[in-house]
Amino acid sequence: MSLSAYIYIRADTLFVRLTGELDHHTSKSLRDRLNSLMMEYDIKNLVFNLKNLTFMDSSGIGVILGRYHYVKQNNGTLIVCEINSQIEKIIQLSGLYKILVITKDEDQAINYLGVA
Amino acid sequence: MFKRNYAEVVFDALSQNEAFARMVVSGFVMPLDPTIDELNELKTIVSEAVTNSIIHGYENKKGKVKMVMEYENEWITLTIIDYGKGIEDVNKARELFYTSKPEEERSGMGLTIMEIFSDEFYISSKIGEGTIVKVKKKLTCSCENDV
Repeated sequence: MSLSAYIYIRADTLFVRLTGELDHHTSKSLRDRLNSLMMEYDIKNLVFNLKNLTFMDSSGIGVILGRYHYVKQNNGTLIVCEINSQIEKIIQLSGLYKILVITKDEDQAINYLGVA
Repeated sequence: MFKRNYAEVVFDALSQNEAFARMVVSGFVMPLDPTIDELNELKTIVSEAVTNSIIHGYENKKGKVKMVMEYENEWITLTIIDYGKGIEDVNKARELFYTSKPEEERSGMGLTIMEIFSDEFYISSKIGEGTIVKVKKKLTCSCENDV
């Protein structure tokens, strides 16, 4: 099982729906793809939808934290939504709950950001 | 019924083998009927250890990783061995959020996660010889009900 990402842009927000496993191996190409899209389209906010992510380790935490620092520099917001039971524990351990905005789903994220 | 099993696998220190190692450990412990959480924790432990060997042990150069898997009843022992450069200061490496490679967006949580997800955690390392990570984890399985 590898990783696939369905990505779309709405206003200045990049939405990333992840399916599969986010580890050191799969994080490399995801990071490159996100970085180039964010530069190219002048992205301010980022929303990760983790509904179909079946595995994540500390490399995945590193990717999210890395994007968080980037977004924060541009006064943007990083939102993580649809956290499932398989990855909940690692997100809890990493302290991401304390620094990120967590929403139930993408609709809630859209409401939070006001990107209608 | 007393259950005991042993397996070992040696593979190249390539990042695509992180998923392979997770699948191997999943398959190995399947007869013990672990819970989804337990399986997830075992996979995470293996993933962190193998990733460390690749990134830190071999610094993305050629090398081999050996994974030894054992169980005795509900106790699982996993040993992940590399023959890479070794860790200079193991205590420092065990500190939460410490990473020797901040430029690579490492979260510095690998060893801490392994420790939390296991019941016993050992790491020993020798400069120029490699690193051995050993974890023990007790499953809450109902082994005696199995055929």
